[in-house]
Amino acid sequence: MSGFHTHALYRHEHSALHGLPSQVKIVSLVLFVGAVVATPRDVLWPFAIHAALLIVAVSIARIPFSFMAKRLVIELPFVLFAVLMPFIGTGERTTVLGVSLSIAGLWGAWTILVKGTLGLGASVLMAATTEIPDILEGFERLRFPKLVTAIAGFMVRYLDVIIGELRRMRVAMTARGYDPSWIGQAGPIASSAGSLFVRSYERGERVHRAMLARGYTGAMPVFERVTVSARDWLTGMAIPGLAWVVAIVSWVVR
Amino acid sequence: MSTPALEVRDLSYSYPDGRRALDAADFHIHPGERVALLGANGAGKTTLVLHLNGILRPSSGTVRVAGLEVTDDNLREIRRRVGLVFQDPDDQLFMPTVRRDVAFGPANFEVGGEELDRRVRGALEAVGMEDAIDRAPHHLSLGERKRVAVATVLAMEPEILVLDEPSSNLDPAGRRELAKMLDTLDITMLLVTHDLAYAQALCRRVMIMNHGRIVADGPTEHVLADRPLLAKNRL
Repeated sequence: MSGFHTHALYRHEHSALHGLPSQVKIVSLVLFVGAVVATPRDVLWPFAIHAALLIVAVSIARIPFSFMAKRLVIELPFVLFAVLMPFIGTGERTTVLGVSLSIAGLWGAWTILVKGTLGLGASVLMAATTEIPDILEGFERLRFPKLVTAIAGFMVRYLDVIIGELRRMRVAMTARGYDPSWIGQAGPIASSAGSLFVRSYERGERVHRAMLARGYTGAMPVFERVTVSARDWLTGMAIPGLAWVVAIVSWVVR
Repeated sequence: MSTPALEVRDLSYSYPDGRRALDAADFHIHPGERVALLGANGAGKTTLVLHLNGILRPSSGTVRVAGLEVTDDNLREIRRRVGLVFQDPDDQLFMPTVRRDVAFGPANFEVGGEELDRRVRGALEAVGMEDAIDRAPHHLSLGERKRVAVATVLAMEPEILVLDEPSSNLDPAGRRELAKMLDTLDITMLLVTHDLAYAQALCRRVMIMNHGRIVADGPTEHVLADRPLLAKNRL
């Protein structure tokens, strides 16, 4: 695929991970996150291995770590919450450098930080190596309800169109002296939300018409079924498989 | 005479609010013809277009496509035979990729496998957009989206191609490129527009619509030379 029609999360590369069928990557992501969540929080070494596995996957995908770090910024609000937890947590307390901290809060913060970061990192990697239409097709091939994938597809397709409409409405408002920084002018925002809804509804009617004109009868057509080789599945399952081994071993030896 | 590709007989239509949009419109188009339907805004052009494949139903009169009347029973076949290209390609292109969008029509008619692949490639080649096959429609320029919109109906291998205001919003270069591409298509065509230059460049026959009636129908050079007629119909 060519690289000039990318979404912000995607990074064009030619790697084994980019080439893997998207349904394998979806299953692999869900399994990896599952393994991280299932790992007991009071043993540290399994998380180091999970992180190492993720780093290996990122290197295979040839995604720069700076790219990953930038996309991980979305986690910040949760990190903030995690940092607060030891202070506002209740129960048994301990003192670190003269500050009283809740032990349960510390554990909670640790869990959010480590499990959240690993899960998000894996998701960011998936998004960085898979184009949105491929992700949708992947869900379709995993036999997700076609209605759900179709709705997600329409959302992806029309988000830009609707944002464009909103932008034009704002420009038209600004051109007539609208100044959104003044609180008394909140009214026009509300009414523009209303007209945006009406416009989107009308667009929906026109799209439906265009679909009818091309033989749509209420069910999305079936497109080609791509079969995935056993090798692809094996490749895709290697890392989540190892993560599950780590999770299970850590329960046994803890 | 051969069976007309499109035959519209005494077609009338009133909107639910009672406004009469089509008033005994009557014409036919023969296979291989390329005809322009001119009319000012609100003349009833788009309403007529929506009758051609049964999205709207006439209050009275009939529409026949290659001899087949538009009725509930043969709606599917009618929609395969009439390729409608809507004015705004953002309405026409609704799938996440160009490939899927072009495949949508034929896939609805149970075309699959290699044949579907052949149709998708063929249609995109016909409009010069084969390189965009894996791109997302919303990342294409307006001119490119218009071409892909044409490809989405060509892939259904229709009897007649109906284009609603194909040149609207395009810059002069985009208009010329689209006209050049349309000129290469070997298909019966009804071009609905108020762009006189477009009609002149592409069609040998022109019809004028006003208040839901066909008020003029003849060779392009005659109709477009009649200044008073054009002025009377706000063209």
